[in-house]
Amino acid sequence: MSTELMLLALADGVSYAALLFMVSLGLTLICGVMGIVNVAHGALYAFGGYTASYFTLLTLGHEPSTWMLLACLVAAALLVGVVLGTTLEVGLLRRVQMRDPVQQLLMTFAAFMVLEDVQRLIWGTQPYSAPDIIGRLGTVHFFNVTYTNYQLIVIPIVALLAYAGLLFFLHFTSLGKQVVAVTHHREMATALGIHAKRIGWLTFVLGATLGALGGAMAAPTTSMVPGAGADMIVLSFAVVATAGMGQISGALLASLMIGLARSMAVYLAPEWEVAVPYLIMVLVLLVRPNGLFSVAQARRI
Amino acid sequence: MSALLETKGLQLSFGGVVAADHIDFVLQRGERLAVIGQNGAGKTTFINICTGFLKPASGQVFFNGVEVTHQLPRQIVRLGLGRSFQLPQLFLDHTVRQCLEIAAAGRSGKLSFFKSLSDSVDGREVDDTLALVGLQQRAHDPALALPEGQRKLLDIAMALMLRPQLLIMDEPTSGVASEDKMALMDTVMQALTERQVTSWFVEHDIDIVNRYATRVAAWIAGKVAADGPPADVLSNPQIQREVLGTH
Amino acid sequence: MVCFQSLKREGFDMIRALAWLGFIACFSLGLLFPWSKTPLIMALCYGMASMGVAIMMRAGQVSFGHALYAAIAAYSVAFAARSFPEWDGLLLLLIGVLASSLAAALIGLFVVRYRGIFFGMLNLALSMVVFSMLGKFYNLTGGTDGLRINRPTLFNHTLERDTFETSLLMLCLLLAAVLVWGVQRYYKSASGEALAGIKSNETRLEYLGLSAKRILWNAYILSAALVGLSGALFGLVQGLVTPDIGSWFRSGEYVFISILGGSGHAFGALLGAAVFEAVKLFAAAYMTGVWQLILGVTLIIVILVAPDGIVGLLQKRKPPTGEAP
Repeated sequence: MSTELMLLALADGVSYAALLFMVSLGLTLICGVMGIVNVAHGALYAFGGYTASYFTLLTLGHEPSTWMLLACLVAAALLVGVVLGTTLEVGLLRRVQMRDPVQQLLMTFAAFMVLEDVQRLIWGTQPYSAPDIIGRLGTVHFFNVTYTNYQLIVIPIVALLAYAGLLFFLHFTSLGKQVVAVTHHREMATALGIHAKRIGWLTFVLGATLGALGGAMAAPTTSMVPGAGADMIVLSFAVVATAGMGQISGALLASLMIGLARSMAVYLAPEWEVAVPYLIMVLVLLVRPNGLFSVAQARRI
Repeated sequence: MSALLETKGLQLSFGGVVAADHIDFVLQRGERLAVIGQNGAGKTTFINICTGFLKPASGQVFFNGVEVTHQLPRQIVRLGLGRSFQLPQLFLDHTVRQCLEIAAAGRSGKLSFFKSLSDSVDGREVDDTLALVGLQQRAHDPALALPEGQRKLLDIAMALMLRPQLLIMDEPTSGVASEDKMALMDTVMQALTERQVTSWFVEHDIDIVNRYATRVAAWIAGKVAADGPPADVLSNPQIQREVLGTH
Repeated sequence: MVCFQSLKREGFDMIRALAWLGFIACFSLGLLFPWSKTPLIMALCYGMASMGVAIMMRAGQVSFGHALYAAIAAYSVAFAARSFPEWDGLLLLLIGVLASSLAAALIGLFVVRYRGIFFGMLNLALSMVVFSMLGKFYNLTGGTDGLRINRPTLFNHTLERDTFETSLLMLCLLLAAVLVWGVQRYYKSASGEALAGIKSNETRLEYLGLSAKRILWNAYILSAALVGLSGALFGLVQGLVTPDIGSWFRSGEYVFISILGGSGHAFGALLGAAVFEAVKLFAAAYMTGVWQLILGVTLIIVILVAPDGIVGLLQKRKPPTGEAP
């Protein structure tokens, strides 16, 4: 494989990994803190994407600056994350808080089904696209390879900012530390006076916003169609399961691994492209059942 | 005749904590061993190692002369060992009777796919065991509905259904109301004597130790600090200071 | 004192009555309304597959990838039918079930070491690998267009479309009835009760000398055989197999139906499938484009109000007089 193809594959892998990471970040946060595998995360991704495109289309009539376009994306993510996230957490998940994880998961699966149809009712089935920001930001050239700045630079930067921001929040702010406390031991945290319910809501909304941000950032690169959420959710599962539930830094590595492996496959063995993430997941789970970076469990009896 | 259970140089640490410190131990048939010690001294860890739930870092365990160090609990159980737990391990979705029936089916090792559970086991034996622990009235109640003391009895009864040679009971009376403790131990120890089962129980209640044990072993920091007849061990000043908390 | 057993018995009588009613209704509907045969067969297939998933749920293990076995069976049927067009439909069904059972026996060796969400995830991952391969290896599998299965003979008779469907419906009804009876007997057997014991206390099972992994492995193969059977039947009735038959969403639907019907009784899955298909048809007829929404809302309601499913509701009917103090 020529150097150019290699570099192209690398660039593909990195930009794809960045997107995957942003979506998986929210999913693994919710997994780790609330112990819920949120299937509806796919819907948050989709809603984020559609809303972002919608906002972009709205502002286009007013000759927006590039920053304005970027702000549309972020605003869309925030809106979807807060509104949809709150609805899901307060309306549904809180009611099954004490139930076993499977029922909680099924609840999110049901929510996903509902939201898929709601999405279709709002935005229809025609492809919805607003790629303007990509053109605005131009391209970058290196070694005879051309790649869009948006995909190669902006998306990874946003992803890394989100990652850094989340880590800072969790380790250096009082609220964040409370989230960590609730993760480790909900009962104990409550006994220490932490509002577990409020922390639960905050965490979920945070995770939802990150998922929606993933969709919002992805929206300019593709046209939003029904089913986009479903595809993304299974892939982010692969990342989260490979890294280990709740492993934030692990998710970064797993996203890179899966993103790069997949893009290599596109150029080397295209029929395996879709299967590669799941092959990695199977192989990792066979060797480390709890994920690559999970911690040991305490004694039970 | 070889000892019923023997360990040689059992060693296991968790991080910086030495849970088992080169333990050499011998248990003879017919003994009624009481194990005492503070929480965290390694009493349950020792049981976990002997029953195959944990693997030691080094050392060996022998049951009836056969080395069982690296075997799984279900293999060791098949050799004649039964265990009840600090927190009763029951099938909470099943009835009291079904718990014993599953135990009986387990003993035979053959699980039919077609014959119903009650038809696969000896109903009279289940009746007898229920009567032995006084749970006949509650046979058809869900195990979930039993209060703590009866849960402990059921846990022990399930282990008894295996017709073991050695029964290990981890804190059989903890969590049981004080007024019921003696009755529980009376019932169990009588059943064990009738069936000639060697017993090994971990206990914090010294009255119970005094009343039922023929031998006491005291655990301090992963080691057996004292081992002998109850009178000797319980009057040992180190034991009184570090385990019993009296002078 | 609440008598647990007689409570269950009352519920079971109700279920038995419902089962008879259901089978007779299916039979009559199929004869009276020829268009209803295919949906009825689909419903029965969904029901049998969900029964398979319910078997694993009895041990507390929820698989999100069991549709994999429907895919294995269906594509085996397709490959066999194309290579040997003279083979009878029954033989093809057998091949499908064997293929999925063998695959499960192999995969099960690994998978039964996992519990909880990781069991679900691993099954999901495996099904996604196969699903993506089915879609991409166009030359072998026909890609997303799938493979056609030409109508085979049944019981060595060449049949017209209409008679073929009627025969398949009869076959499905018979199979479903036999399976309900057989699986329920399995549930009540020593193996089946031990399987339920895995959910409540695996440690205890180990300390009774039983191997939870072995019990789970047996159950896994049985559950995969059921899902495989449904996949093979599906392929025959549709005359076409596509990768969707093994998608994660399909696996999710099986889980949905098992919860809806309830895993307390083998018949639950069929009840769940009946409601599922009915809602789908109703929504398709009167409110196009929102069947997923309606089903989603249904699932939410079931989880909140009746987590043990329809069967759970039936078994919880008024207790006999004389409550525990």
